[in-house]
Amino acid sequence: MTSTLPTSTLGATALDTVVQAGDGALVPVPAGGRLRIVDLHGNQAVDTLLYDAHDVDNRYSAFDTIREQQAVYLTTGSRLLSSRLDELAVITDDTCGRHDTVGGACAQESNVIRYGEHTRHQHACRETFLRYGAPAGIGQRQLGHNINFFMNVPVTPAGGLVFDDGLSAPGKYVELTASRDVLVLISNCPQLNNPCNGWDPTAVQLLGWWD
Amino acid sequence: MSWSHEIPGGSAWSTPVRAGRLVTLTALGDDANASVLLFGPDRLDRLNVPDTLKAQMSACIRPPLVLMSDRGLALASVVSATQPWHDALTGFGHDRHLERFGPSSYATDRNEWRRSARLGLVSELTKHGLGEADLHGSVNFFSKVAIADDARASLSWTPGHTSAGDQVVLRTELDLLLVVSTAPHPLSDAPYAPAGVQVEVAVAPSTVEDDPSWLVRDESARALEMSRRVLA
Repeated sequence: MTSTLPTSTLGATALDTVVQAGDGALVPVPAGGRLRIVDLHGNQAVDTLLYDAHDVDNRYSAFDTIREQQAVYLTTGSRLLSSRLDELAVITDDTCGRHDTVGGACAQESNVIRYGEHTRHQHACRETFLRYGAPAGIGQRQLGHNINFFMNVPVTPAGGLVFDDGLSAPGKYVELTASRDVLVLISNCPQLNNPCNGWDPTAVQLLGWWD
Repeated sequence: MSWSHEIPGGSAWSTPVRAGRLVTLTALGDDANASVLLFGPDRLDRLNVPDTLKAQMSACIRPPLVLMSDRGLALASVVSATQPWHDALTGFGHDRHLERFGPSSYATDRNEWRRSARLGLVSELTKHGLGEADLHGSVNFFSKVAIADDARASLSWTPGHTSAGDQVVLRTELDLLLVVSTAPHPLSDAPYAPAGVQVEVAVAPSTVEDDPSWLVRDESARALEMSRRVLA
Protein backbone atom coordinates (compact mmCIF):
# COMPACT_ATOMS: atom_id res chain seq x y z
CA MET A 1 0.00 0.00 0.00
CA THR A 2 1.30 3.44 -0.86
CA SER A 3 1.02 6.55 1.23
CA THR A 4 -1.15 9.40 0.05
CA LEU A 5 1.25 11.83 1.69
CA PRO A 6 3.80 14.04 -0.01
CA THR A 7 6.53 11.88 1.48
CA SER A 8 9.23 14.15 0.08
CA THR A 9 8.53 16.49 3.00
CA LEU A 10 8.89 13.71 5.53
CA GLY A 11 12.26 12.20 4.78
CA ALA A 12 12.89 8.67 3.66
CA THR A 13 10.20 6.09 4.19
CA ALA A 14 11.80 3.84 6.77
CA LEU A 15 8.85 1.60 7.46
CA ASP A 16 5.81 0.49 5.52
CA THR A 17 4.21 -2.65 6.84
CA VAL A 18 0.83 -4.12 7.59
CA VAL A 19 0.01 -5.63 10.98
CA GLN A 20 -2.72 -8.21 10.65
CA ALA A 21 -5.59 -8.49 13.11
CA GLY A 22 -4.39 -10.10 16.31
CA ASP A 23 -0.71 -9.67 15.46
CA GLY A 24 1.76 -7.17 16.86
CA ALA A 25 5.04 -5.37 16.36
CA LEU A 26 7.95 -3.88 18.26
CA VAL A 27 9.05 -0.81 16.33
CA PRO A 28 12.20 1.16 17.21
CA VAL A 29 11.69 4.82 16.30
CA PRO A 30 14.67 7.16 16.61
CA ALA A 31 14.35 10.63 18.11
CA GLY A 32 12.63 12.88 15.58
CA GLY A 33 11.21 9.95 13.64
CA ARG A 34 7.54 9.84 12.76
CA LEU A 35 5.37 6.78 13.06
CA ARG A 36 1.94 6.75 11.49
CA ILE A 37 -0.67 4.13 12.34
CA VAL A 38 -3.38 3.83 9.70
CA ASP A 39 -6.75 2.29 10.53
CA LEU A 40 -7.14 0.63 7.12
CA HIS A 41 -10.67 -0.67 7.53
CA GLY A 42 -12.04 1.49 10.36
CA ASN A 43 -12.89 0.97 14.04
CA GLN A 44 -9.77 -1.02 14.85
CA ALA A 45 -8.23 -0.57 18.30
CA VAL A 46 -4.43 -0.48 18.26
CA ASP A 47 -3.14 -1.12 21.76
CA THR A 48 0.17 0.68 22.12
CA LEU A 49 2.95 1.03 24.70
CA LEU A 50 6.07 3.18 24.42
CA TYR A 51 9.44 2.70 26.07
CA ASP A 52 12.65 4.66 26.26
CA ALA A 53 14.75 2.54 23.88
CA HIS A 54 17.72 2.73 26.24
CA ASP A 55 15.86 1.95 29.49
CA VAL A 56 12.56 0.07 29.33
CA ASP A 57 11.74 1.00 32.93
CA ASN A 58 11.27 4.54 31.62
CA ARG A 59 7.97 3.64 30.00
CA TYR A 60 4.75 5.25 28.88
CA SER A 61 2.52 6.21 31.79
CA ALA A 62 -1.15 6.69 30.95
CA PHE A 63 -2.12 8.42 34.17
CA ASP A 64 0.90 10.74 34.26
CA THR A 65 0.05 11.69 30.67
CA ILE A 66 -3.60 12.34 31.53
CA ARG A 67 -2.78 14.36 34.63
CA GLU A 68 -0.18 16.59 33.01
CA GLN A 69 -2.51 17.49 30.11
CA GLN A 70 -5.45 17.73 32.53
CA ALA A 71 -7.67 15.94 30.05
CA VAL A 72 -8.64 12.30 29.54
CA TYR A 73 -8.57 11.89 25.76
CA LEU A 74 -5.47 11.89 23.58
CA THR A 75 -5.26 13.81 20.30
CA THR A 76 -2.94 16.10 18.33
CA GLY A 77 -0.64 17.87 20.75
CA SER A 78 -0.86 15.26 23.49
CA ARG A 79 2.58 14.69 25.02
CA LEU A 80 3.05 11.01 25.77
CA LEU A 81 4.94 11.02 29.06
CA SER A 82 6.90 8.35 30.84
CA SER A 83 6.65 7.24 34.43
CA ARG A 84 9.57 9.65 35.07
CA LEU A 85 7.70 12.48 33.30
CA ASP A 86 10.03 12.38 30.33
CA GLU A 87 8.39 13.12 26.99
CA LEU A 88 8.61 9.94 24.91
CA ALA A 89 6.63 11.17 21.90
CA VAL A 90 4.04 13.71 20.84
CA ILE A 91 0.90 13.08 18.79
CA THR A 92 1.60 15.35 15.84
CA ASP A 93 -1.25 14.41 13.54
CA ASP A 94 -4.63 12.80 14.07
CA THR A 95 -7.45 12.46 11.57
CA CYS A 96 -9.57 10.38 13.97
CA GLY A 97 -9.99 13.04 16.64
CA ARG A 98 -9.49 11.29 19.91
CA HIS A 99 -8.01 8.18 21.44
CA ASP A 100 -8.34 6.31 24.72
CA THR A 101 -5.72 5.68 27.36
CA VAL A 102 -7.95 4.70 30.29
CA GLY A 103 -9.37 1.41 29.04
CA GLY A 104 -6.23 -0.71 29.18
CA ALA A 105 -5.53 -3.80 27.09
CA CYS A 106 -7.51 -6.97 26.86
CA ALA A 107 -6.07 -10.06 28.51
CA GLN A 108 -7.28 -13.62 28.75
CA GLU A 109 -7.74 -13.06 32.47
CA SER A 110 -9.72 -9.84 32.16
CA ASN A 111 -11.81 -11.35 29.36
CA VAL A 112 -12.98 -13.97 31.85
CA ILE A 113 -14.03 -11.19 34.23
CA ARG A 114 -15.79 -9.17 31.54
CA TYR A 115 -17.34 -11.87 29.39
CA GLY A 116 -17.16 -15.15 31.24
CA GLU A 117 -15.12 -18.34 31.42
CA HIS A 118 -15.84 -19.28 27.79
CA THR A 119 -13.46 -16.51 26.63
CA ARG A 120 -10.48 -17.81 28.68
CA HIS A 121 -8.60 -19.13 25.67
CA GLN A 122 -9.42 -16.42 23.16
CA HIS A 123 -6.44 -14.47 21.87
CA ALA A 124 -5.83 -11.17 23.70
CA CYS A 125 -3.55 -8.13 23.57
CA ARG A 126 -1.45 -9.12 26.57
CA GLU A 127 -0.34 -12.28 24.77
CA THR A 128 0.85 -10.12 21.88
CA PHE A 129 2.57 -7.60 24.15
CA LEU A 130 4.47 -10.34 25.97
CA ARG A 131 5.49 -12.07 22.75
CA TYR A 132 6.77 -9.01 20.92
CA GLY A 133 8.14 -7.32 24.05
CA ALA A 134 10.28 -10.25 25.19
CA PRO A 135 13.28 -9.58 22.91
CA ALA A 136 13.58 -6.08 24.44
CA GLY A 137 13.29 -7.31 28.03
CA ILE A 138 9.67 -6.22 28.33
CA GLY A 139 7.89 -8.73 30.56
CA GLN A 140 4.86 -8.69 32.78
CA ARG A 141 6.35 -6.15 35.21
CA GLN A 142 7.11 -3.79 32.33
CA LEU A 143 3.56 -3.77 30.99
CA GLY A 144 2.10 -0.45 32.06
CA HIS A 145 -1.29 0.96 31.16
CA ASN A 146 -1.49 1.47 27.42
CA ILE A 147 -2.94 3.72 24.73
CA ASN A 148 -5.84 2.45 22.63
CA PHE A 149 -5.55 4.30 19.36
CA PHE A 150 -8.86 4.63 17.49
CA MET A 151 -10.83 3.44 20.53
CA ASN A 152 -13.68 5.45 21.98
CA VAL A 153 -14.12 5.23 25.75
CA PRO A 154 -16.20 8.22 26.82
CA VAL A 155 -16.14 9.29 30.46
CA THR A 156 -18.79 11.53 32.00
CA PRO A 157 -19.00 14.21 34.71
CA ALA A 158 -21.12 11.77 36.72
CA GLY A 159 -18.25 9.25 36.76
CA GLY A 160 -19.50 6.90 34.06
CA LEU A 161 -17.28 5.11 31.54
CA VAL A 162 -18.29 2.95 28.59
CA PHE A 163 -16.70 1.23 25.59
CA ASP A 164 -18.53 2.83 22.72
CA ASP A 165 -18.66 2.44 18.97
CA GLY A 166 -15.51 3.83 17.46
CA LEU A 167 -15.13 7.29 15.95
CA SER A 168 -12.67 6.00 13.41
CA ALA A 169 -13.23 5.08 9.78
CA PRO A 170 -11.23 3.47 6.96
CA GLY A 171 -8.05 5.42 6.27
CA LYS A 172 -8.03 7.48 9.46
CA TYR A 173 -4.61 7.72 11.00
CA VAL A 174 -2.66 8.98 13.99
CA GLU A 175 0.98 10.05 13.84
CA LEU A 176 3.57 10.14 16.61
CA THR A 177 6.85 12.03 16.57
CA ALA A 178 9.44 10.50 18.86
CA SER A 179 10.98 12.89 21.38
CA ARG A 180 13.81 10.47 22.10
CA ASP A 181 14.75 7.02 20.86
CA VAL A 182 11.73 4.88 21.67
CA LEU A 183 10.40 1.39 21.26
CA VAL A 184 6.75 1.27 20.24
CA LEU A 185 5.07 -1.99 21.24
CA ILE A 186 1.86 -2.61 19.34
CA SER A 187 -0.92 -5.15 19.63
CA ASN A 188 -3.48 -4.99 16.87
CA CYS A 189 -6.39 -5.89 19.14
CA PRO A 190 -8.08 -9.28 18.60
CA GLN A 191 -11.06 -8.55 20.90
CA LEU A 192 -14.29 -10.08 19.58
CA ASN A 193 -16.58 -9.40 22.51
CA ASN A 194 -17.13 -5.64 22.38
CA PRO A 195 -17.44 -2.93 19.71
CA CYS A 196 -13.83 -1.70 20.03
CA ASN A 197 -12.95 -3.48 16.77
CA GLY A 198 -16.38 -3.21 15.21
CA TRP A 199 -16.89 -6.89 16.19
CA ASP A 200 -14.47 -7.82 13.38
CA PRO A 201 -10.73 -7.16 13.96
CA THR A 202 -8.91 -5.96 10.84
CA ALA A 203 -5.40 -5.06 9.68
CA VAL A 204 -3.63 -1.74 10.26
CA GLN A 205 -0.69 -0.16 8.44
CA LEU A 206 2.45 1.25 10.02
CA LEU A 207 4.32 3.94 8.14
CA GLY A 208 7.55 5.41 9.43
CA TRP A 209 9.75 8.27 8.35
CA TRP A 210 13.21 8.81 9.73
CA ASP A 211 16.74 8.93 8.48
CA MET B 1 -8.28 -8.38 67.10
CA SER B 2 -7.41 -5.16 65.31
CA TRP B 3 -4.62 -2.65 65.09
CA SER B 4 -4.06 0.74 63.61
CA HIS B 5 -1.31 3.03 62.41
CA GLU B 6 -1.31 6.75 61.71
CA ILE B 7 0.60 7.75 58.57
CA PRO B 8 1.62 11.41 58.91
CA GLY B 9 0.83 13.69 55.98
CA GLY B 10 3.48 13.69 53.28
CA SER B 11 4.77 10.22 54.17
CA ALA B 12 4.77 6.74 52.68
CA TRP B 13 4.19 3.38 54.31
CA SER B 14 3.52 -0.23 53.42
CA THR B 15 2.18 -3.29 55.15
CA PRO B 16 1.14 -6.81 54.30
CA VAL B 17 -2.55 -7.45 54.99
CA ARG B 18 -4.01 -10.94 54.96
CA ALA B 19 -7.14 -11.90 53.05
CA GLY B 20 -10.42 -11.34 54.82
CA ARG B 21 -9.52 -8.15 56.65
CA LEU B 22 -11.28 -4.83 56.77
CA VAL B 23 -8.89 -1.96 56.12
CA THR B 24 -10.33 1.36 57.23
CA LEU B 25 -8.65 4.52 55.98
CA THR B 26 -9.57 7.62 57.97
CA ALA B 27 -8.67 11.16 56.88
CA LEU B 28 -7.05 12.97 59.77
CA GLY B 29 -7.43 16.41 58.18
CA ASP B 30 -9.17 18.27 55.38
CA ASP B 31 -8.21 17.46 51.78
CA ALA B 32 -6.35 14.32 52.78
CA ASN B 33 -5.02 12.16 49.96
CA ALA B 34 -4.01 8.50 50.13
CA SER B 35 -2.38 7.29 46.91
CA VAL B 36 -2.63 3.50 47.17
CA LEU B 37 -0.83 0.72 45.27
CA LEU B 38 -1.83 -2.92 45.77
CA PHE B 39 0.01 -6.19 45.11
CA GLY B 40 -1.33 -9.73 45.22
CA PRO B 41 0.15 -12.67 47.12
CA ASP B 42 3.06 -13.27 44.71
CA ARG B 43 4.02 -9.56 44.63
CA LEU B 44 4.01 -9.67 40.82
CA ASP B 45 0.30 -9.42 40.25
CA ARG B 46 -0.84 -5.88 40.98
CA LEU B 47 -3.73 -3.46 40.88
CA ASN B 48 -4.93 -2.74 37.35
CA VAL B 49 -6.95 0.48 37.36
CA PRO B 50 -7.95 0.30 33.67
CA ASP B 51 -9.32 -3.23 34.07
CA THR B 52 -11.06 -2.22 37.30
CA LEU B 53 -12.76 0.76 35.68
CA LYS B 54 -13.72 -0.82 32.35
CA ALA B 55 -15.09 -4.01 33.89
CA GLN B 56 -17.35 -1.99 36.19
CA MET B 57 -17.97 0.92 33.81
CA SER B 58 -16.88 3.62 36.18
CA ALA B 59 -14.47 6.54 35.85
CA CYS B 60 -13.84 6.64 39.60
CA ILE B 61 -13.52 4.27 42.54
CA ARG B 62 -16.55 4.04 44.83
CA PRO B 63 -18.45 1.47 46.88
CA PRO B 64 -19.14 -1.36 46.22
CA LEU B 65 -16.67 -1.73 43.32
CA VAL B 66 -14.03 -4.44 43.34
CA LEU B 67 -10.35 -3.51 42.83
CA MET B 68 -8.99 -5.92 40.22
CA SER B 69 -5.50 -7.12 39.34
CA ASP B 70 -3.61 -7.68 36.09
CA ARG B 71 -4.41 -11.35 36.46
CA GLY B 72 -8.14 -10.83 36.74
CA LEU B 73 -8.39 -11.33 40.49
CA ALA B 74 -10.31 -9.31 43.04
CA LEU B 75 -7.67 -7.80 45.32
CA ALA B 76 -10.08 -5.85 47.53
CA SER B 77 -13.68 -4.68 47.64
CA VAL B 78 -14.71 -1.14 48.52
CA VAL B 79 -17.15 -1.86 51.34
CA SER B 80 -18.11 1.70 52.20
CA ALA B 81 -16.95 5.28 51.88
CA THR B 82 -18.19 8.60 53.16
CA GLN B 83 -17.58 10.13 49.73
CA PRO B 84 -18.85 8.62 46.47
CA TRP B 85 -15.80 9.48 44.35
CA HIS B 86 -12.14 8.51 44.68
CA ASP B 87 -9.80 9.50 41.86
CA ALA B 88 -8.00 6.82 39.86
CA LEU B 89 -7.25 8.71 36.64
CA THR B 90 -4.40 11.03 37.57
CA GLY B 91 -1.69 9.01 39.29
CA PHE B 92 0.50 10.03 42.19
CA GLY B 93 2.75 13.06 42.63
CA HIS B 94 6.34 13.50 41.50
CA ASP B 95 9.13 15.73 42.79
CA ARG B 96 8.07 18.25 40.15
CA HIS B 97 4.74 18.78 41.89
CA LEU B 98 6.49 19.96 45.05
CA GLU B 99 8.67 22.53 43.31
CA ARG B 100 6.09 25.29 43.80
CA PHE B 101 6.71 25.12 47.53
CA GLY B 102 10.42 25.85 47.13
CA PRO B 103 13.39 23.79 48.23
CA SER B 104 13.15 21.42 51.14
CA SER B 105 15.66 19.03 52.65
CA TYR B 106 16.20 17.00 55.74
CA ALA B 107 19.07 19.33 56.67
CA THR B 108 16.80 22.37 56.83
CA ASP B 109 13.40 20.89 57.66
CA ARG B 110 14.24 17.67 59.51
CA ASN B 111 11.27 15.27 59.34
CA GLU B 112 8.96 17.96 57.99
CA TRP B 113 10.83 17.91 54.68
CA ARG B 114 8.71 17.61 51.59
CA ARG B 115 9.05 14.37 49.67
CA SER B 116 7.00 13.28 46.70
CA ALA B 117 4.60 10.36 46.53
CA ARG B 118 6.77 8.72 43.87
CA LEU B 119 9.89 8.88 46.00
CA GLY B 120 8.11 7.37 48.99
CA LEU B 121 6.31 4.69 46.99
CA VAL B 122 9.49 3.53 45.25
CA SER B 123 11.26 3.41 48.62
CA GLU B 124 8.50 1.24 50.07
CA LEU B 125 8.49 -1.02 47.00
CA THR B 126 12.24 -1.47 47.21
CA LYS B 127 11.94 -2.69 50.81
CA HIS B 128 9.85 -5.58 49.45
CA GLY B 129 12.22 -6.45 46.62
CA LEU B 130 10.14 -4.47 44.13
CA GLY B 131 10.94 -1.14 42.50
CA GLU B 132 10.18 1.40 39.82
CA ALA B 133 9.04 -1.26 37.35
CA ASP B 134 6.23 -2.20 39.73
CA LEU B 135 4.65 1.25 39.92
CA HIS B 136 1.16 1.30 38.50
CA GLY B 137 -1.92 3.49 38.38
CA SER B 138 -2.89 4.37 41.94
CA VAL B 139 -6.23 4.92 43.58
CA ASN B 140 -6.13 8.34 45.19
CA PHE B 141 -8.52 7.79 48.04
CA PHE B 142 -10.21 10.93 49.41
CA SER B 143 -9.42 12.94 46.25
CA LYS B 144 -11.80 13.91 43.48
CA VAL B 145 -10.69 15.10 40.07
CA ALA B 146 -13.81 16.27 38.31
CA ILE B 147 -14.43 15.42 34.64
CA ALA B 148 -15.79 18.22 32.45
CA ASP B 149 -18.41 17.68 29.77
CA ASP B 150 -16.17 18.97 26.99
CA ALA B 151 -14.41 17.60 23.92
CA ARG B 152 -11.31 16.36 25.75
CA ALA B 153 -12.90 15.44 29.10
CA SER B 154 -10.91 18.10 30.93
CA LEU B 155 -9.96 17.44 34.53
CA SER B 156 -9.84 19.63 37.61
CA TRP B 157 -8.98 18.84 41.22
CA THR B 158 -11.88 19.44 43.59
CA PRO B 159 -10.94 21.31 46.78
CA GLY B 160 -12.89 20.55 49.92
CA HIS B 161 -13.83 17.04 48.81
CA THR B 162 -12.62 15.46 52.03
CA SER B 163 -12.88 16.57 55.66
CA ALA B 164 -11.23 15.21 58.77
CA GLY B 165 -13.04 12.02 59.78
CA ASP B 166 -13.99 10.89 56.30
CA GLN B 167 -13.47 7.16 55.84
CA VAL B 168 -13.06 4.42 53.25
CA VAL B 169 -13.41 0.77 54.19
CA LEU B 170 -11.83 -1.93 52.01
CA ARG B 171 -12.11 -5.69 52.41
CA THR B 172 -9.05 -7.65 51.32
CA GLU B 173 -9.97 -10.58 49.07
CA LEU B 174 -6.41 -12.00 48.90
CA ASP B 175 -3.23 -11.63 50.92
CA LEU B 176 -2.06 -8.19 49.84
CA LEU B 177 0.81 -5.77 50.07
CA LEU B 178 -0.71 -2.34 50.71
CA VAL B 179 1.47 0.63 49.79
CA VAL B 180 0.28 4.13 50.71
CA SER B 181 1.54 7.67 50.18
CA THR B 182 -0.06 10.61 51.97
CA ALA B 183 1.66 13.24 49.82
CA PRO B 184 -0.70 15.89 48.44
CA HIS B 185 -2.68 15.10 45.32
CA PRO B 186 -0.51 16.20 42.38
CA LEU B 187 -3.25 18.46 40.99
CA SER B 188 -3.91 20.16 44.32
CA ASP B 189 -3.24 23.90 44.26
CA ALA B 190 -3.59 24.28 48.02
CA PRO B 191 -0.79 25.37 50.36
CA TYR B 192 1.44 22.53 51.57
CA ALA B 193 -0.40 21.04 54.53
CA PRO B 194 -0.84 17.31 53.80
CA ALA B 195 -3.21 15.56 56.16
CA GLY B 196 -2.36 12.29 57.83
CA VAL B 197 -4.32 9.10 57.25
CA GLN B 198 -5.06 6.41 59.82
CA VAL B 199 -5.03 2.80 58.67
CA GLU B 200 -6.94 0.33 60.81
CA VAL B 201 -6.91 -3.42 60.11
CA ALA B 202 -9.49 -5.77 61.60
CA VAL B 203 -10.89 -9.20 60.79
CA ALA B 204 -13.79 -8.91 58.37
CA PRO B 205 -17.07 -10.63 59.10
CA SER B 206 -17.87 -13.52 56.76
CA THR B 207 -19.15 -12.36 53.41
CA VAL B 208 -22.91 -12.73 53.29
CA GLU B 209 -25.05 -13.72 50.33
CA ASP B 210 -26.29 -10.21 49.69
CA ASP B 211 -22.84 -8.62 49.80
CA PRO B 212 -23.07 -5.50 47.58
CA SER B 213 -19.71 -6.15 45.87
CA TRP B 214 -20.88 -9.61 44.77
CA LEU B 215 -24.18 -8.19 43.53
CA VAL B 216 -23.19 -4.93 41.86
CA ARG B 217 -22.22 -6.42 38.50
CA ASP B 218 -21.57 -9.84 36.99
CA GLU B 219 -17.99 -8.70 36.31
CA SER B 220 -17.42 -7.88 39.98
CA ALA B 221 -18.79 -11.24 41.04
CA ARG B 222 -16.58 -13.10 38.54
CA ALA B 223 -13.45 -11.37 39.86
CA LEU B 224 -14.45 -12.23 43.43
CA GLU B 225 -15.08 -15.83 42.37
CA MET B 226 -11.60 -16.07 40.82
CA SER B 227 -10.06 -14.91 44.11
CA ARG B 228 -12.24 -17.34 46.03
CA ARG B 229 -10.72 -20.13 43.92
CA VAL B 230 -7.19 -18.96 44.76
CA LEU B 231 -8.00 -19.30 48.46
CA ALA B 232 -10.01 -22.53 48.11
